[in-house]
Amino acid sequence: MEVFVQQLINGLTLGSIYGLIAIGYTMVFGIIGMVNFAHGDVFMVGAFIALIFFLLLSTWFGWALIPALMIVLVLGMVFTGLWNWAIERVAYRPLRGSFRLAPLISAIGMSIFLSNLIQVVQGPRNKPVPPMFTQSVPLFTENGYTVAIGYKQIAIMVITVVLLAVFWYIVQKTSLGRAQRACEQDQKMAALLGVDVDKTISLTFVMGAALAAVAGVMYIMYYGVVNFSDGFVPGVKAFTAAVLGGIGSLPGAVLGGLLIGLIETMWSAYFSIDYKDVAAFSILAIVLVFLPTGILGRPEVEKV
Amino acid sequence: MTTPLLKVEHLTMRFGGLTAIGDLSFEAHSGQITALIGPNGAGKTTVFNCITGFYKPTEGMITLTQPDGQKLLLERLPGHDINWKGRVARTFQNIRLFGGMTLLENLLVAQHNVLMNASGLSILGIFGARSYKRAEKEAIELAEYWLEKTGLIDRADDAAADLPYGDQRRLEIARAMCTQPLLLCLDEPAAGLNPRESLLLNDLLISICREHKTSILLIEHDMSVVMQISDHVVVLDYGRKIADGPPDAVKNDPKVIAAYLGVEDDEVEKTEAEIATIAAHAKGDAR
Repeated sequence: MEVFVQQLINGLTLGSIYGLIAIGYTMVFGIIGMVNFAHGDVFMVGAFIALIFFLLLSTWFGWALIPALMIVLVLGMVFTGLWNWAIERVAYRPLRGSFRLAPLISAIGMSIFLSNLIQVVQGPRNKPVPPMFTQSVPLFTENGYTVAIGYKQIAIMVITVVLLAVFWYIVQKTSLGRAQRACEQDQKMAALLGVDVDKTISLTFVMGAALAAVAGVMYIMYYGVVNFSDGFVPGVKAFTAAVLGGIGSLPGAVLGGLLIGLIETMWSAYFSIDYKDVAAFSILAIVLVFLPTGILGRPEVEKV
Repeated sequence: MTTPLLKVEHLTMRFGGLTAIGDLSFEAHSGQITALIGPNGAGKTTVFNCITGFYKPTEGMITLTQPDGQKLLLERLPGHDINWKGRVARTFQNIRLFGGMTLLENLLVAQHNVLMNASGLSILGIFGARSYKRAEKEAIELAEYWLEKTGLIDRADDAAADLPYGDQRRLEIARAMCTQPLLLCLDEPAAGLNPRESLLLNDLLISICREHKTSILLIEHDMSVVMQISDHVVVLDYGRKIADGPPDAVKNDPKVIAAYLGVEDDEVEKTEAEIATIAAHAKGDAR
């Protein structure tokens, strides 16, 4: 029981990070039907941007931890958003209307470019940050083992829930969200109603990147280190999460993220830590056999 | 004569070796319903596609005169500006609603630019700025006005895809009208409607034209609709204009009759003569 609860907490934390990245995949896929393979690396760039600002603010200017993190969160979202805006502008937009694989290949190229760029400009080693929020709240003790939830874990889950609520509101209730959903269904018709489709797509990339940046901040907060290749595995996991939850669905992405996080931590606790990725991907394969559109995805019904 | 609202000059559209429209010129005046008719494959929808920016015409000019006298060349505007700056809206032969969204949302998408400007890219909207709230209230009022007018207000919160066919057609018109266009291009709005719905549609179109200062360009196969409501008819055949004028004149134009009945080009004159005799007989009978 105690191991289960502890792993549940750990799994939900990890799952929140995956979920935030997965939203970026799912939104971009929803609007232009393209898997943005560079998104994992955008997340890594976001983590580096956060790292740089955090070290600047906390060690250079000597800010206190919490205000520094708040500012880092905002700056990280803005700068990573700009990065993704630029990526969309140079690597994907010129290929729109070309054959379907072209932007996909361009995305893979962009992914390699980003990780190599960071390797060159930031060096190939792990970049650490000083440990923060090391305290935790003990919940209960059983069999001599104390189950605890860390401050970091609380922060990560709370921020995820708040951001999810904000983004849900944007997509469901604001004019921008309506335009995004309209572009998702019929871009040409949306343009005929005066919606600037290119701008809407750009804003979608910016929104996805902003969430990836938040995930990046959480990643360095949680693990304390980041390096140039850290975008790949979380990126693939988050993509898996998006597919598992039903690609194109916002709550699906978060649900998928939480599930992947839980599967991984539970598997590590009860079976073998070496095979945690195998477990996550096997479950994805099994779910897709029975639910090809994912858990919350809408099946595409074509009227004949 | 006043400047026409829409002026199409020497419009030509070629797809490879096929000339879909050849040297077409016509005008649509403001406050009028202009019908574009012709047999299947005559190029009517292609004309619409050129006007609304789906196709870039091979040759020709499409000029739209704004109320302030500014002239816009539609073929040079990017897709979304044709609606936003040019104020042209259109509907489709095969309905293109946003099926997954509610009726109200469909009409609000049409007011996206107004709302976006008021809300500063939605950022102010999240924080509940007053200007945004006012703009949103006005947008919802306009949407409700059009839902009321098309008789769909009771279903405002249903998904658009759940509506019956005739209602979907009216919703498409309501959505186009929410962009407050100067020119509304309707591609076969009466297709698939039953006679009662068709009559309601006539009233709706006349009211749009008379009360809302929106001119209508109409493609229609249902001749009863065309003859009843249009002020001006342009007839196309094989991408070329064969007649242009008020409905009554066009109806009796031998070339038009020939095109609809399918007579060879060299037989047109013969048919013309035949029609003249028939008409003379008809007159005689009437006496």
